[in-house]
Amino acid sequence: MDDLQQLLLGFQVALTWQNVAFMIVGVLLGIVVGVLPGLGGPNGVAILLPLTFGMDPTSAIILLSSIYWGALFGGAITSVLFNIPGEAWSVATTFDGYPMAVQGRAAEALTAAFTASFIGALAGVLLITFVAPLVAKFALRFGPAEFFGVFFLTFCSFVGMGKENKAKIVASLSIGFLLAAVGLDTISGDLRMTFGQTELMKGFDFLVVVIGLFGVSEILLTIEEGLHFKGKRAAIDLKVVLKTWARLPAYWATLLRSSVVGMWMGVTPGGAIAASFMGYGLAKRFSRRRENFGKGEIEGVLAPETAAHAAGTSALLPMLALGIPGSATAAVLLGGLLIWGLQPGPLLFVEKKEFVWGLIASMYLGNVAGLLIVLATVPVFASIMRIPFALVAPIILIVCAIGAYTVEGSRFDIWLMLVFGFVGYVFKKIEYPLAPLVLALVLGDRAEDAFRQAILGSGGDLSVFFSNGLVSTLMILAVLLLFWGPITDLFGRVRGRRRLDPRLAE
Amino acid sequence: MRRAFWTMAAAAAVISGTAAAAWEPSRPIEIIVPFPPGGSSDQMARTIQAAIQKNNLVKQPIIILNKPAAAGGEAMMEIQKSAGDPHKLITTSSGIYMTPLATKLPVNWRDFTPVAMLAQDDFVLWVNAQKPYRTAKDFIEAAKSASPPLKTGGNGSKREDNLLSVYMEQQAGIKLTYIPYQGGGPASVQLAGGHIEANMNNPAEEVANWRAGSSRPLCVFANKRMSYTAKIAGDMSWADIPPCPEQGLNVTYQMLRGMFMPGKVTAEQQLFYVDLFKKIVETPEWKEYLERNALVPDFRSGPDFVKFLEEDEARHKDLMTKAGFIAN
Repeated sequence: MDDLQQLLLGFQVALTWQNVAFMIVGVLLGIVVGVLPGLGGPNGVAILLPLTFGMDPTSAIILLSSIYWGALFGGAITSVLFNIPGEAWSVATTFDGYPMAVQGRAAEALTAAFTASFIGALAGVLLITFVAPLVAKFALRFGPAEFFGVFFLTFCSFVGMGKENKAKIVASLSIGFLLAAVGLDTISGDLRMTFGQTELMKGFDFLVVVIGLFGVSEILLTIEEGLHFKGKRAAIDLKVVLKTWARLPAYWATLLRSSVVGMWMGVTPGGAIAASFMGYGLAKRFSRRRENFGKGEIEGVLAPETAAHAAGTSALLPMLALGIPGSATAAVLLGGLLIWGLQPGPLLFVEKKEFVWGLIASMYLGNVAGLLIVLATVPVFASIMRIPFALVAPIILIVCAIGAYTVEGSRFDIWLMLVFGFVGYVFKKIEYPLAPLVLALVLGDRAEDAFRQAILGSGGDLSVFFSNGLVSTLMILAVLLLFWGPITDLFGRVRGRRRLDPRLAE
Repeated sequence: MRRAFWTMAAAAAVISGTAAAAWEPSRPIEIIVPFPPGGSSDQMARTIQAAIQKNNLVKQPIIILNKPAAAGGEAMMEIQKSAGDPHKLITTSSGIYMTPLATKLPVNWRDFTPVAMLAQDDFVLWVNAQKPYRTAKDFIEAAKSASPPLKTGGNGSKREDNLLSVYMEQQAGIKLTYIPYQGGGPASVQLAGGHIEANMNNPAEEVANWRAGSSRPLCVFANKRMSYTAKIAGDMSWADIPPCPEQGLNVTYQMLRGMFMPGKVTAEQQLFYVDLFKKIVETPEWKEYLERNALVPDFRSGPDFVKFLEEDEARHKDLMTKAGFIAN
């Protein structure tokens, strides 16, 4: 009850006209940031941070966090339309979103993505509103072994759920691990596999690789298949929004599951990227329409978007309550808080009530504003698909190159993007899955760090991964998901044999 | 030819006695931060940005670029390549000698132009507040009899925190297991969660958990106490933390926080920035920043700064050699 009163107070703070104006400006800027690959949420927020120095801290964080919401929404747009993830967390959205767009269902896919984002965000904000202190304590229980457990679970669920050839999944995963290992190693402090090249020192940036693997390779494939008209002339108006919404309640289980996965990954902090992959993987396993996944299944858009946005939102919780950022953007916001003279940490909720609850109220309002704004843009974006490919392709390629360059301001990255575009093309030709490579590239070095930190601490004893209930549960769950296919087969066979041989049943 | 022209122009300006000869930036100034956004170097850069902006100290805008790859190595290579560019600055910490020594990167601060040292950062020995240790002595006694060894944690490998952990081992004759994390923030949370026994965080990195009652300072790795007497956690202030040598742990270590420019810039250009930072350290924004992060104010420029760098580098080389951190 006390919390609700505080929240009302927060709404009073957030609903002043200038704060609402900041919110709308923030969301619009965020969408732009999210759409341009390479610019990304953290950079967008960092660029605008100086503008807020003279502002009241509450207005400042409302403006900056609205950019974050906008970026979370906007990341889905290019994933669906061009198979280029605007943000790392929308990679999984491309798996089904892009096929939908190719089938002329871009508007439907965009509506689904935006609505799912909103639902995920709402779940995250509710979590922050009601159980912040409790959850913050839970996050403290995560040591290196537990972190490894989370990453292991993500990998296992992805491998276990994949319907492609398992050997190919593992091969792709291994290449990802190899790429992730390039650069400075946190544990030893040494440079690895850089071969004396300064360009390799910073490792392979995830976004550059992804822009190449997905965006550029898609263009190469389309050129090979002939420059034909891709987007069908589907009726594009706001009615699509209502039609899509009418279908959503049927997917309540997926939305709920992804929300839970997302909230959990946001708090722990496994992050929005891991959450989106896990949400997708789980939906693929437990959906009744799993055969359709990867071919334009709406559930395949809903699952990762809900999880990513739930994680992205709950990532602010550990930042506010513990002073640890759950995501890169949260890290920039954290820096902002300190410059405005606020000390994030357990005492922030006690000492700066007005600020904290103003921010929480703005999360509700910012996401509503965000949803309305992005839905209004659906027809505009969807109509891009009507432009002939021969015109769009060079523009996409230029946007990709700019994106790759923006990530680090390095010309080498444009070449790298082209190389990975070719790699992606070859992978698609020989039917190797790209997603495991991307997953391993994102989480590979963090999983490795966590593993080695745990082993260092235990003096080389592997039992550290089963040393308490939390980590044991994670590990066992991971192994179960990894062998889910064979296990269900086995059960099926045993049951089948019993039916054949009644004596065994006794 | 061009340089000759400018030299002549400058000489002419000096002769005619106008103040117009002073160099001023003609493009936006980039501050390169060799750490990720949100870290302590990033905060320093953004405080400088805010101080310049609020007090109108420079007409050109200030842009902050984070280049955290390879423990700052990437940022240093960038400054190395930008020789002669007077519109770039880089924030520096001990990493300016530690990263090249530990990774054999072909960079050396002597190829850069030192602008100013702004402050020094202290390191504190922190433990989980639920543990019984009250003094550094308690901790060392516990470490002597611990098996497996007590775990310490900190930012990265072969860097300041790691060096301190090894330095403590050598001075106290104990064995510790150092666990490298991605930064001081994670090390603080891991301490609060009881996953490590101690960390060596800077005041700013640990203050939130100290105030929340989840961590406790044992001693500061310096010969004298910090100067800030405002109450921080309960009735404790930064000045109440005793120096480690007083508690029988003879380990002292501080880290510089300063600014460099690329090499081969003119003396006027260097002077412009030295003057700028002299003004910045007088702003209320900067003073507030120092107090918030419990930094030791220590402004040096010119030969003073260079002398400090030479001595500090020699000390790091010695400590790192003893710890076995030098790349071969």
